[in-house]
Amino acid sequence: MGVMKIDGYPVEFKDEPNVLSVIRKAGIDLPTLCYHSELSIYGACRLCNVEDDRGRIFASCSERPRDGMSIKTNTPRLVKYRRMIIELLLASHDRDCTSCVKSGDCDLQRLAHRLGVERVSYPAHKGHHPIDFSSPSIVRNPNKCILCGDCVRVCEGIQGVNAIDFSHRGTEAMVSPAFNKDIAKTDCVNCGQCRVVCPTGAISINTNIRPVWEALSDPNVKVIAQVAPAVRVAAGQAFGGERGENVMGKIVAALHRLGFDEVYDTTFGADMTILEESKEFLEIFEKGGPFPLFTSCCPAWVAFCEKRWPEFVPNISTSYSPLQMLGSVAREYFKDPAKNEGKKILSVAVMPCTAKKAEILREDLKRDGIQNVDYVITTEEMITMIKRAGIQFDRLESEAADMPFGMGSGGGVIFGNSGGVMEAALRTLCEGPERSAIEELRHSGVRGPGPLREFVFHYKGHEIKAAVVSGLAEANALLTRIKNGESFYHFVEVMACRRGCIMGGGQPVHAGVRTKEARKQGLYVSDVNTQIKKSNENPTALAIYDTLIKGREHELLHSHRK
Amino acid sequence: MLDSSFYAKTDEILSRYPAQERSLIPIIHEVQETYNYIPVELLPYIAKKIGITETKAYSVASFYERFSFEPKGKYIIRVCDGTACHVRQSVPVLERLRSELGLSDKKHTTDDMLFTVETVSCLGACGLAPAMMVNDEVHPAMTPDKAAQLVKELREEAAK
Repeated sequence: MGVMKIDGYPVEFKDEPNVLSVIRKAGIDLPTLCYHSELSIYGACRLCNVEDDRGRIFASCSERPRDGMSIKTNTPRLVKYRRMIIELLLASHDRDCTSCVKSGDCDLQRLAHRLGVERVSYPAHKGHHPIDFSSPSIVRNPNKCILCGDCVRVCEGIQGVNAIDFSHRGTEAMVSPAFNKDIAKTDCVNCGQCRVVCPTGAISINTNIRPVWEALSDPNVKVIAQVAPAVRVAAGQAFGGERGENVMGKIVAALHRLGFDEVYDTTFGADMTILEESKEFLEIFEKGGPFPLFTSCCPAWVAFCEKRWPEFVPNISTSYSPLQMLGSVAREYFKDPAKNEGKKILSVAVMPCTAKKAEILREDLKRDGIQNVDYVITTEEMITMIKRAGIQFDRLESEAADMPFGMGSGGGVIFGNSGGVMEAALRTLCEGPERSAIEELRHSGVRGPGPLREFVFHYKGHEIKAAVVSGLAEANALLTRIKNGESFYHFVEVMACRRGCIMGGGQPVHAGVRTKEARKQGLYVSDVNTQIKKSNENPTALAIYDTLIKGREHELLHSHRK
Repeated sequence: MLDSSFYAKTDEILSRYPAQERSLIPIIHEVQETYNYIPVELLPYIAKKIGITETKAYSVASFYERFSFEPKGKYIIRVCDGTACHVRQSVPVLERLRSELGLSDKKHTTDDMLFTVETVSCLGACGLAPAMMVNDEVHPAMTPDKAAQLVKELREEAAK
């Protein structure tokens, strides 16, 4: 508590962790490259430097606010220093900006422009490191790295993976895996959070746009798409829409215009995941173990468990993720010559997630050696495609997703939020008057802030102990407690990315506190606006069970993961 | 693949330190002392034993010039290039050594694994500048000719 002076104006502060937060609260957008409120404070970029009344310059991110402090944020000295910092960064940065994937969305570019860097006074010192294309999810280009360390801190601190870190030092310093090996040969789980925080093009999405364009222009190929829940509340902002607004209707319209023959809703797949997973859970619950059952929707989590906690792999549900569910039944559906019209089927999934690009390649999810989905493109890639085609997204009339896989329940749509899968699964177990039971579940603790939520659900006189966790470091701590017998749960939902898929590695970046909250609420509101709340009441999913799937659940809807 | 004696030796070193993150540097120091370098396979092995990631261990090990992941020669020649040695002509000494041995700033070790030539920032023997070390022995007031002579002597010693 106290008052400090910022550029001569008094500003009150309460529990802000650092001077930078107070400055930003006061409405001054101090530039930073290495500061993220959820990561540890690093103080590397020095752009948030401020000057106090004695002429001392310090980094505001790593200084606590004190009562009576008086600082200036924009003196000629500070302006000069900031400009020089950017110049130095640019001098050692691969500056082929015009053809960089990050161009227009790059923090370094934006700050250079904003801070008035008109030329770089230092000779270009460009490294020639090879670009790492080994991962299906991300591309690592060390020549564009400015050593801010954001990726290192998110990978280690939030995800507990530490696939990349600083190596060497001085002019040789870089961010790399151990021995600079291919990222695909590390413990990387493909979550893509590194690329979310990367201010430049040093880590970017490994794009699959090209083969999708080719298929779209091929008259002998029928291209089908499915769109994940979290995509619809994140895409609109890129076209001038509101934060968190559900723009599914426009996405469907845009994809149709791009040439997709059918556009389905992954929410349908989510309902099928719930149908299978809740069946699986009840079986285990009635049998009395082994507990806990872990959800299987998040491929980064599954990869993490396989790499770090192999003993828990048998506890992961074998039910397909929503993407795989829809991919699998669509494959089956289009085997009918009347449906495929003699064309080859290319199945594309639009996902908020980079790890899904790796998931579709997994052997245990293929059937007869064939992938259920051919390509995953992220929300970012979809936005790029729409812009590239010149489609005026904001002017589109909404369209409904195509049948028979275009309809999902409210339970399916909240899958994109941390806690959503658990809530949807438990909804199917709700007894008594539907509306009040669902309402009660909603307030049981399954929703809420924080990366870990534990709660109890009552089912037929029994207690189901459940936990919802997001962020792999938090999941790692939870697994440690389970292993040591300190915690016990029947059912655990894990999502690799904090807050769930809405903040996935393939989503538009630069999402601040308000955007994160708006995306979350966007999905909950979509649930409210959906007539059917429970996955097991989705009539289209049930119809598919009675026809296509009938008796073939294990062949069509489950991983044969060992 | 390293043969099992490497792991046995490493286990012996590991047993003398608590299995903690902070043991990393002393452990890899001992490994390097034993083999003149850190065999690449041992780093993830050590990391796992003390409960850190391979990436973190590599981050630390690659930070220090002293640690090497490449096998070094029997004779490690460290030419001092600190300020005092530099102004007293350490560079010609270094260049002569490199030309005698066919080495460069990229290639530090001879193919016969006899010699490794490196520079160090300061040996703390500024009064003897220009100085260099061959393994643990300091050689003061070097000249290019003295360096060449020393290489000849070491070759003969090795041949015995």
